[in-house]
Amino acid sequence: MESILVLTHADETGSALTKASLEAVTAGQELAGRLSAPLAIGIVSSGPINLSKGLPSARLLAVSGEAFAQPRYATDAAACEALCRAAAATIVLAPASSRFARVAAGVAHRLNGFIDTHITAIGGTDTVEVTRWFYRQRVEAVLTRDARPWFLLLDAGTHAAYAGVPAAAPVEEIKVELPAQRTTVTGIRAPRQDEQTIRPDAKLLFVAGAGWTKKQPDGQIHVSEAAGLILGFLRAANASLGSSKSLVDQGGEGNSVLPFLTHLNQIGQTGATPRHPKGLATCCHGEEPHVVGWRFIAERRAISLDPNCGWTRGKADVVYVADAFPVVAKVNELLAKGN
Amino acid sequence: MANALHIVVCAGISPDPLQTLEPITTPNGPGLKNELVLPAVLDPWAASALYEAAALAPKNPGSKLWLVSLGPKAKLQQVMMTVAQKVPFELVPIDGPIGGFPDAHSTAAALADTIASLPGLDRAKLLLFGGWESATRGAGITLQIVGERLGITDQFYGVDQIDLHDDGSFEVLERIEGGRHQVSVCAGTPAVLGWATGNLAEPRNNPQVGMANMRTIMPALQKAKPATLAANSLRYVSVSLPKQQRTTRVVKDLTPDQIAAELVEWIGAE
Repeated sequence: MESILVLTHADETGSALTKASLEAVTAGQELAGRLSAPLAIGIVSSGPINLSKGLPSARLLAVSGEAFAQPRYATDAAACEALCRAAAATIVLAPASSRFARVAAGVAHRLNGFIDTHITAIGGTDTVEVTRWFYRQRVEAVLTRDARPWFLLLDAGTHAAYAGVPAAAPVEEIKVELPAQRTTVTGIRAPRQDEQTIRPDAKLLFVAGAGWTKKQPDGQIHVSEAAGLILGFLRAANASLGSSKSLVDQGGEGNSVLPFLTHLNQIGQTGATPRHPKGLATCCHGEEPHVVGWRFIAERRAISLDPNCGWTRGKADVVYVADAFPVVAKVNELLAKGN
Repeated sequence: MANALHIVVCAGISPDPLQTLEPITTPNGPGLKNELVLPAVLDPWAASALYEAAALAPKNPGSKLWLVSLGPKAKLQQVMMTVAQKVPFELVPIDGPIGGFPDAHSTAAALADTIASLPGLDRAKLLLFGGWESATRGAGITLQIVGERLGITDQFYGVDQIDLHDDGSFEVLERIEGGRHQVSVCAGTPAVLGWATGNLAEPRNNPQVGMANMRTIMPALQKAKPATLAANSLRYVSVSLPKQQRTTRVVKDLTPDQIAAELVEWIGAE
């Protein structure tokens, strides 16, 4: 018989579980219900008592202590290992957050288990079958394993965050033997608030392509104007910014670049595949922005000067054949009026 | 004072991103159509790791750089013709299957065994580099398991920067949610660093570096040990290309103002 453990962790404030953790709780509850399997939830946090209040009826396990206030391989791996050993679960679900993605495979190895990551769906009838993508979202596969324990890292946004009726189960404190700590987390380096262009929770992903830095009809390049329009759009629409590889790479080639753009904005083969309800691609051409990077964008529109762009056909819902400069300028104006 | 490093970069090979991929069923499980003749490249994030390692090694005299790569010998040779011209390294090839479908746990075991038996490797000086995910399997677990097998419990992923200090400690920037970096200081080697893009551009081809590398690469390829990767009960139920094809509305006859109005309405709609 299967038994399920969901690993969760606190957010940076330490006062709540992350949204991705609550999504994993939903997935765990669904799977436990389908398999009629017992459910346990493990919490990694410096002080997890208050965090358990919103959780469903399940065996609650927690590790606590200052060592777990910050994400770090040695301490988080020890914590997860202790929780897994205490729960003795056959299937372990966890969110694919940067914190758990850093340690989950190591923990699976310590428990002589196996792990599959970037899971987008859990199904199957008699067995547990999971869906994930290969070759950077180009090939989709459904797979299963008989070996246990089986760790599954769930991609964010694939399940609703748990918001059911909270139960008041007692929390079992699990002791952890901490290894020597050779790593100290010294802080977070983030862009200034007004330069923040990556917003994972935004409803809209704005993708800027290399066309923004190409010569315009007057024969000139208008990088600063492009930067102003893009930043204006991001602020007005509260959108997240993605970029094609070619545009980011221009910085390394000594060309004029958008000053706020980094490799972190890159989507596609060597970048991210973010999840947003809507996406607007501008001045993009190629498979990366329109196929790979957009795999998990629900509604897609594009502005392109090329009416025959093969990459948008069949991939975008609407393609506007137009110059993005005046269109985005007008959109910004209208959004400003609306706000 | 600089500290000598023993840097081992784990890097697989992947189909050139511009290739169209079509999954097929082979006697050994799923694979890609014409996989062995598709143009291949060094896995992009692992390539970043290699370039970062090559930039780090000369700054720390006495350092050594190995590139451990698992793949079919012929394919490795083809990819090395290009990679060898970029930076100097010692290739340690493992003759094994190509692609994203073999089990990562077995890949990790083969890599760890090879690294553990590298002649001259001082594990106390080891920086184990690689991509934080591959462009094939994209699991992000291989390097972690290699690290565990080698007993390394300081691991960092989504790394964009490493700064070595004179006392042997180093600062690492790891990608975290929201386009930010977590900054950590590690007391020193050994450590595992799974690289994201890093900060370095791809080095230009240097034929002299290529010739020097190829003198050791060709004999290494001839001596490459074969590796059989166990499935570890992994079974593929289905492997397919996404079928979803959208009906695209191409709008050619609207003014910028009209397009903007339509977009604003769309953005605001729930």
